[in-house]
Amino acid sequence: MKSHARLAAGFLKQEERAHWHDQALWYVREKRDRMAASVPDWERLRDTAQAIKRHALANLPHYLEEFEGNAAARGAIVHYALDAAEHNRIVLEILKGRNARLVAKSKSMLSEECGLNEYLERNGVQVVETDLAERIIQLAGERPSHIVLPSIHIRKEEVGDIFHEHLGTEKGESDPTRLTRAARTHLRERFLAAQAGISGVNFAVAETGAVVICTNEGNADLGNSLPDLYIAVMGVEKVIPKTRDLSVFLRLLSRSATGQPISAYTSHLLGPRPGQAMHIVIVDNGRSEILQRERFHRAAFCIRCGACLNTCPVYRRSGGHSYNYVIPGPIGTILAMHRDLKKFKDMAYASTLCGSCTAVCPVKIDIHRQIVLWRNDVVEAGYLGRAKSAALKTATLGMKSTRFFRMGGWTVRTILRILPPFVFNNRLTIWGKSRDLPRMPARSFRAEFRAYSRRKTNPPELGAKKEGRS
Amino acid sequence: MATVRLLEKLGVAFEFPKDQTCCGQPQFNSGCFRDAAKLAGKMFRVFKDFDWVVCPSGSCTGMVREYYELLLEREKGGEEFKHLVSHTFELCEFLIDILKVETIDASFPHKVSLHQSCHGLRGLGLGVPSEQVLPGRTGKVRRLLESLRGIEIVTTGRSDECCGFGGTFSVFEGAVSSFIGRDRIRDYEQAGAEVIVSYDMSCLMHLDGLIRRDKKLLRIMHIAEILDGAVA
Repeated sequence: MKSHARLAAGFLKQEERAHWHDQALWYVREKRDRMAASVPDWERLRDTAQAIKRHALANLPHYLEEFEGNAAARGAIVHYALDAAEHNRIVLEILKGRNARLVAKSKSMLSEECGLNEYLERNGVQVVETDLAERIIQLAGERPSHIVLPSIHIRKEEVGDIFHEHLGTEKGESDPTRLTRAARTHLRERFLAAQAGISGVNFAVAETGAVVICTNEGNADLGNSLPDLYIAVMGVEKVIPKTRDLSVFLRLLSRSATGQPISAYTSHLLGPRPGQAMHIVIVDNGRSEILQRERFHRAAFCIRCGACLNTCPVYRRSGGHSYNYVIPGPIGTILAMHRDLKKFKDMAYASTLCGSCTAVCPVKIDIHRQIVLWRNDVVEAGYLGRAKSAALKTATLGMKSTRFFRMGGWTVRTILRILPPFVFNNRLTIWGKSRDLPRMPARSFRAEFRAYSRRKTNPPELGAKKEGRS
Repeated sequence: MATVRLLEKLGVAFEFPKDQTCCGQPQFNSGCFRDAAKLAGKMFRVFKDFDWVVCPSGSCTGMVREYYELLLEREKGGEEFKHLVSHTFELCEFLIDILKVETIDASFPHKVSLHQSCHGLRGLGLGVPSEQVLPGRTGKVRRLLESLRGIEIVTTGRSDECCGFGGTFSVFEGAVSSFIGRDRIRDYEQAGAEVIVSYDMSCLMHLDGLIRRDKKLLRIMHIAEILDGAVA
């Protein structure tokens, strides 16, 4: 498995494309800024959202039971799955029980996390993604590169090629409207033929048992109303106590995600339609472990808006596929670490720690702080790598003693001044590959300061030191 | 030395403790908390007896204020520790918050763009982060800059995008780091800046390395060099 650094370097080889990717996502970030500014008390809204999440997740068993009871009272059948494997098994059993061979599926990051599609396909169930971007990804045989904009890395001309191959559109067609129409026709046929619909869940309201789903294409609504079988899959963390809490989250979600005041469709599903079976599969898959880790528990507050991806200077310039975990970017990083520290260790280092992720997060997850804390776990587990560890150990030794520190400073100054710059500023060094090394002063600051103090008739060094604290 | 001259002009009695080395940020940001703790311990011993600790670097200051409590397990409950953490200031915020300096008597007739270091901006609140909705506020450092005679402050489209340095990130992920930096430099060029000014040498070192490699005309300056007034 290639590291993020290598995959990112590969991504950046196509410079023009990398700029396009960066600008496309920055455009979304700017839309988000405008929308956030249009809400009075945006920052208070974020605080409130976090408080609701904290409360709901601190009382998770209570609210899950309340949700389960109310959903069941409205005719839904509720299942619990401990992990991805159990989730997949439950979904397959439900489908088999109704002899469903074709599923119209709406976007769900949980199903990506669990590898549901592959599992169902292996077991003879055909899954059609009905979100346009997800369908593009599925036809291209790729995985999403973004949690809200899964095909953000694919350009419209490439969509034209994919649709030409799979949907029979004209060769060279790249007009978004015409391509979307072709996809619509293609998907309508599948909606009508599907024996079951599956979708993710944005919020599950405990007091009513409602499942709330936000989409822009209305595909989830066709998927949950046309077939006679509908399955909603959700992580345990989706439960919120009251309907009125939606007034906080719905205002935050679409603004943070895509810079829209609200998503085009917000559907509240209160039980199945007449003649339909509705199942809700509630999955833990490591979430309660996240909640138990004090330093990292806020990662479970995530509402999957993707704002931290759009704002991340590294994500924008490395693309979602440079992160090996199914969820990329800053939030993906702090979720991946819970999954497999060794496997995803490089993701912890794919950040400048600029903190923009933390500042955009609508539920105020301390993302960049968690990233640096995870780095410590990587180091303590011995996964940093020998060269990097040795370099940092040496630096520490050199910095611990003032004498070594000064000698080190002298050495670097002297070497950099004596040797010609091309020795360092070349492709063989990591810094010098694309940057020049700093110009070195002839004397250290210490020496300058000493000379300066000597010049002063009244040295400023006196009188600053404390004479005992009162 | 600009910081020295500036503090002197403002009548501050100060000292440069000769035993100081590094706050431990490179180790901390790389995840080597044990190594960082050794350096944090040294920093603590060297500086704990001063009234104020002033540092011309946002990220080093942020390191002490935000993260020392994670490193100095033994010291963190004590009065000395609380004093150090609450009395360590970045140079500009020391001028504004403690010395109550509102204007700087110096001239700098150039087109300047302020590069907000991420740690100073979001960690210390030296500016107003573009992600947050805080209407009516002006950043502290910007206020100081604005008070200079003849200065023209130009702003970029992405007002506070990271420069891509990120400490050891600049080496671990050299390609991304340089790419982000070049984008940032282009932002400043397009804004028409002559000088990129910042309160963090590490961002400036990274940007300067790229500027010189690409033979651009932009200059970098630490804010103390401008506030000091000696260069106008």
